[in-house]
Amino acid sequence: MYSRAYKSAVTIPPLLWVTVFLLIPYAILFCYSFWTVAPLQVIVHNWNLHNYAQLFRNSLYLTVLLRSIRIAGAVTLLALLLGYPLAYYLSFHAAKRKDLLYQLVIIPLWASYLVRGYAWKTILGSDGVLNGFLQYLHITHRPVEFFLYSPFAVILTLTHIYTPFTFLPIYASLEHVPRNLVEASHDLGASPFSTFVRVILPLSLPGILAGATFAFVLTLGDFLAPLLVGGPSGIMISNIVVSLFGAAYNWPLGAAISLCMLLLVVSLLFATERLEKRFTI
Amino acid sequence: MNASGSPVPVERGPVEVLLSIQKVEKQFAGRPVLCGISLDVASGEFLTILGESGSGKTTLLRLIAGFEHLDSGEIRMAGERLDQIPAHRREVNTVFQSYAIFPHLSVFENVAYGLRAKSVARAEIPPRVTQALAMVKMSEFSQSAPSRLSGGQQQRVALARALVNRPRVLLLDEPLSALDANLRRQMQVELKSLQREVGITFIFVTHDQEEAMALSDRVALLRAGRLEQVAEPREIYGQPATAYAAQFIGQTNLLRAEVRDGIANAGPMAWPSAGPSGAATFSLRPEAIRLSSAPQGARPAGGTAHFHGRVQNQTFGGAMDLVEIDCGNSHILRARIPSPGPLVGQQEFEFAASDAVRVREGGGS
Repeated sequence: MYSRAYKSAVTIPPLLWVTVFLLIPYAILFCYSFWTVAPLQVIVHNWNLHNYAQLFRNSLYLTVLLRSIRIAGAVTLLALLLGYPLAYYLSFHAAKRKDLLYQLVIIPLWASYLVRGYAWKTILGSDGVLNGFLQYLHITHRPVEFFLYSPFAVILTLTHIYTPFTFLPIYASLEHVPRNLVEASHDLGASPFSTFVRVILPLSLPGILAGATFAFVLTLGDFLAPLLVGGPSGIMISNIVVSLFGAAYNWPLGAAISLCMLLLVVSLLFATERLEKRFTI
Repeated sequence: MNASGSPVPVERGPVEVLLSIQKVEKQFAGRPVLCGISLDVASGEFLTILGESGSGKTTLLRLIAGFEHLDSGEIRMAGERLDQIPAHRREVNTVFQSYAIFPHLSVFENVAYGLRAKSVARAEIPPRVTQALAMVKMSEFSQSAPSRLSGGQQQRVALARALVNRPRVLLLDEPLSALDANLRRQMQVELKSLQREVGITFIFVTHDQEEAMALSDRVALLRAGRLEQVAEPREIYGQPATAYAAQFIGQTNLLRAEVRDGIANAGPMAWPSAGPSGAATFSLRPEAIRLSSAPQGARPAGGTAHFHGRVQNQTFGGAMDLVEIDCGNSHILRARIPSPGPLVGQQEFEFAASDAVRVREGGGS
C-alpha cells in the first residue's frame, strides 16, 4: 500500500497539467464558440449558436473539411501501403539488416518538419528537381505545374512525414506475433501467403489501427504542409482555423470549427481504441 | 479411430520403416548441433528422442517438421525425400512445447485450421473437428477462446489440432514439460492410449527419462548431437551401451574394473566376465545389489559376486531403502534393498554377475 502523501505526490502534478493546459483552454475555446464578433472587431459575449450555424450554411467550410478528410484518408492509405510492407520486411525477413533499416526509418523524424516541407517544395516546384529531371529525359517539354501547390503535393508531403508514425506501431505489433504461431500455421499445411492472411495480418490489426489513427489524425490537423506546398486548391481545415484566429480575427468561428474537429478526432480515437481492444488478445 | 470412440487395435505386422533419417548433419553458426544422425522409425511406433537440453533433440524434430534445413544427409518418408519439401506440404504435424494455439481463433477454428488450409471439403470439417475434440475430451470447449483455457486444456487442443489432419507422423516437442506433475502423469497415460488408438507414428522429444521409459516403444538417446543408444526402454535400462546411457537412464553404479582371464576385478569385488581382457567399465543398477546370505569371502563363484562394505547411509524409501555402501578406497556403491530393516557397520552384499553390464566409456563425444 502506498501512503496518502505518495499518492497525492504522483497524481496531483499530471492532474494540474491536464487542468491548466487542456481543460481550461478547451473551456475557454468552448465559451468563445458561442460568442460573436461585433463591428470594430470586438468580441461580444452574447451567447448564440450563430457560429455553428455558419459552419453548415457556408459551403466553403464543409468543402474544405471534406477535402481535409479525403486528404487524410489518402495519406492514411498510402502510409499503410508503404509502412506495412516495410514493417513486415523488417520484422520477418531483415535479419541482420534490421537495426540499420530501423534507424533509417527513424532518422528522418529528427529532421525538422519545415526542412522536410521545403525539401518537397524544392523537388516539386516548376524549376524543381522533378521537373528538371523529366525535361532532361524529354518526357515533358515544359514544367508540370500541378506537382506543387495541389492536393497531390500535400498528400505526397504528408505521406512522407507521417509514414514513420504508421510504421512504428505496425512494426511493434508484428514483433509481438509469436513466431511459433507462424511455424504452427506452416506445420498445419498453410502456405506462406495463407499464413500471412490468416495469422500474421489478424494479429497485427491493433498495430494497423494505431498506425492508421496516427496518420489520419495528424494529417487532419496539419496546416504546415498545405501552407508550404498546398496552394489555394490544397487548403485544409486547419489553415482556415489559423486564418480565423489570425488575419480574419474571428476567434468565435475559429473556436467553433476547432471544437467540431476536436469532436471528430475524439470520437475517432474512441472508436479505434474500442476496435483495437477487440482485436488485441 | 472410429466415431464411437472404442479403440481399434493396431495390427503390428512386420516392421515397416516409415521415416528414415540418414547421416543428418546440422550446424548453427559453425557449431555442430547434430553429427551424423541415422535413425529409422517404424510405422505406428512411439519413438522418444531423449536428451539433455542442448543435445540437439529439438533441432532433429524441427528438421523433420521442416522448420530447419539440414546441412547434409537426408530424411525420407516412405521412401521419398522429405527434407526438400517445404514444411506446409509435409504429412507431418507438430505439437509445440508452448502449444502455439492461435489466440485469435476459437478452439474449434484452431482445430479446423489445418483442414481449411488443405481445402478439405467444407461439409467434412465440422464432423472431423468434433471428433478430434471428443478424442481429447475437449468437446464442451469448442467455442471457447484459447485465452480462457488452462495449460492442460491448451495442450489437448494442440493435440487435437495436429491429429485431426491424420498426419503420418506426429512430432511432440516436450509437450508435457509445462504441466504440473499430476496432470503430467495423467496426460502421459492418455497420450499413450491415444497413440494406440489412432495408430499414428509418434516422435516424442523429452529430457525426462522416466517419461521416455513410460511412453515409448523405443528410446533414442541423444548426447551432444550424437546417438548414444537406440533401443527399447527395457533394453536401454537393462543393457545400457555406454556409461552415459547407464547414468542418464535411471541410477547406476559405474564400476571400473580390470578384466583378466574371464574375471573382472574391481577393488573389493570380482565376478566372471566373458568380454575381452583389459580395463573396462561396468554398470550395476542399485537394485541388483542385495544383502548376502553366503559366508565371508569375495569369490566369483556360481556367477555371483560377493563383497563386504560399511553401510554409510541408509535412507528409508518405502518399499526399497537406498543404502550407501563404503567398500573402502573411496568406493561408494548405492544399493536399493527391499525393506532390509536398519543396517549398521560391515555387511555382506552380493549381485549376479549378469547384472554387471559392460559399457563403453566416453560414448558419443
